[in-house]
Amino acid sequence: MPKMSTPLLSIKDLSKSFVMHNVNRRVMGCQHISFDVMPGEFVGITGRSGSGKSTILRCIWRTNLPESGSILYDSAAFGVVDLCTAPERQMLYLRANEMGYVSQFLNVLPRQTAYDIVLKSALETYGVERMEEAREHTERMLRHFDIAENLWELFPRTFSGGEKLRLNIAAAMIKRPRFLLLDEPTASLDNASKVKVRELIEQLKGEGTTMLGIFHDLEFMEGLCDREFNMQSGVIV
Amino acid sequence: MSAMTVAAGGFANAQAAEAPCLSVSHLSLKFGKGCPACEGEHAKLERNVCPVCGTVHAVRDVSLEVYPGEIIGIVGESGSGKSSLMKCIYFDQQATSGDVRALPYDGGAENILTCSPQQKRFIRNSVFGMVYQNPYLGLRMDFSSLSNIAEQMIAAGDRNVGHMCERGYYLLDKVNIPARRAKDAPALFSGGMQQRVQIAKALSNNPPILLLDEVTTGLDLSVQASVLDLILRIRRDFNVSMLVVSHDLGVIRMLADRTFVMLDGQVIEHGLTDQILEDPQHAYTQQLVYSLL
Repeated sequence: MPKMSTPLLSIKDLSKSFVMHNVNRRVMGCQHISFDVMPGEFVGITGRSGSGKSTILRCIWRTNLPESGSILYDSAAFGVVDLCTAPERQMLYLRANEMGYVSQFLNVLPRQTAYDIVLKSALETYGVERMEEAREHTERMLRHFDIAENLWELFPRTFSGGEKLRLNIAAAMIKRPRFLLLDEPTASLDNASKVKVRELIEQLKGEGTTMLGIFHDLEFMEGLCDREFNMQSGVIV
Repeated sequence: MSAMTVAAGGFANAQAAEAPCLSVSHLSLKFGKGCPACEGEHAKLERNVCPVCGTVHAVRDVSLEVYPGEIIGIVGESGSGKSSLMKCIYFDQQATSGDVRALPYDGGAENILTCSPQQKRFIRNSVFGMVYQNPYLGLRMDFSSLSNIAEQMIAAGDRNVGHMCERGYYLLDKVNIPARRAKDAPALFSGGMQQRVQIAKALSNNPPILLLDEVTTGLDLSVQASVLDLILRIRRDFNVSMLVVSHDLGVIRMLADRTFVMLDGQVIEHGLTDQILEDPQHAYTQQLVYSLL
């Protein structure tokens, strides 16, 4: 299959280390990482914990400040931008409108219902003027991700790991990001839930979402990723 | 593939020439006369005090911009100048030097620090809403909650009692103060309720910029959660810009889009909030973040 001409994401020689001032240490995150992600592709990164997988994802999302190299992202709004040096405001815009990040942790204000969490996320892109539309979409999304209706008005604190994760994905997906980062979305899930997540990813892929994910278990990735990289002590092997 | 070039100017089409709602540049506040040893770029201070003349430099050359609908967090230890910065912006304290512009006032054409006292009063009443850490500073404790809100509205020129009552009940309802307590004085309220009345008062004239100084410090967890939720709802519904000072990093994580870290009167680091909390660059910020429970 001939590749499309421009990659959606092109990482060139990305390095990141963490300087710990208080203990006078420098910890390597990842070194000299280079790879491309084509539009519509699902690229997976595997590797043991501590190998620097998450560091790459966090550099793309700017949770980690990249040290050197470049991350060129082909934005719908801005054209090609270097996420290493993009202004903070531009990163906020991309996070709200173009990119999504799903981790295994649900980090939300306490005492909000599952429904409100997804609705809030929807309103970030819809705006309050389109409340009705956002509500409809929220309900569709919750059903889509198999969150039982009797859970909608509950606080997710009481949810199981799988339910929290699906809620997390629903909140990220309702913005219809064109580029989704998945940070070990299957960690600590039972097999049935993993299958659910797998189905979701296949579906998103079918809808044309470009994804970059990191995973522990190789079995899960099999047949799902278009390409995969393996990392060891901060470099791709 | 090699034809990828970085777009110049970034914001070209999507957020076309968005102007900051509040911009602070080179704001300084010092207590004392200052001397050649503590002025200029190569000033040598002991923390923020000049060893030669004893001048205290509370805020040193702080610049920041708050965009419409954005929440900016300011963190730092006590004595780092967070509150002094807020007080300078709200004219509670006369800044030594600097330039502050607010888009809703004259389109940001004028440095509001040098306005006439009359204009400053107008800005305090109509452009800014301030919530102090200590409700005693923001409320008249012996007036009813409703009168507190009315006072703020009268200051901004409202003279219609019916309208003021209606607005008062509406706001108190928004902050979960039951209508039957609207005519009670805040002195009779719990700390959490006083704080919420203060928020309602700050909102009374629909200010486009809110200054929140340690709003949730000292509140119990359940009230804290509802105050945070309220703040986020206000931002969403009215697109209000906010400057939030707190030393509670959890609060900052939940509220702020971007965060500035202050130490000894200076901004030592700023960035996206999750970046500041997950990957702090400065030694002091690292110490602060790693102390988080």
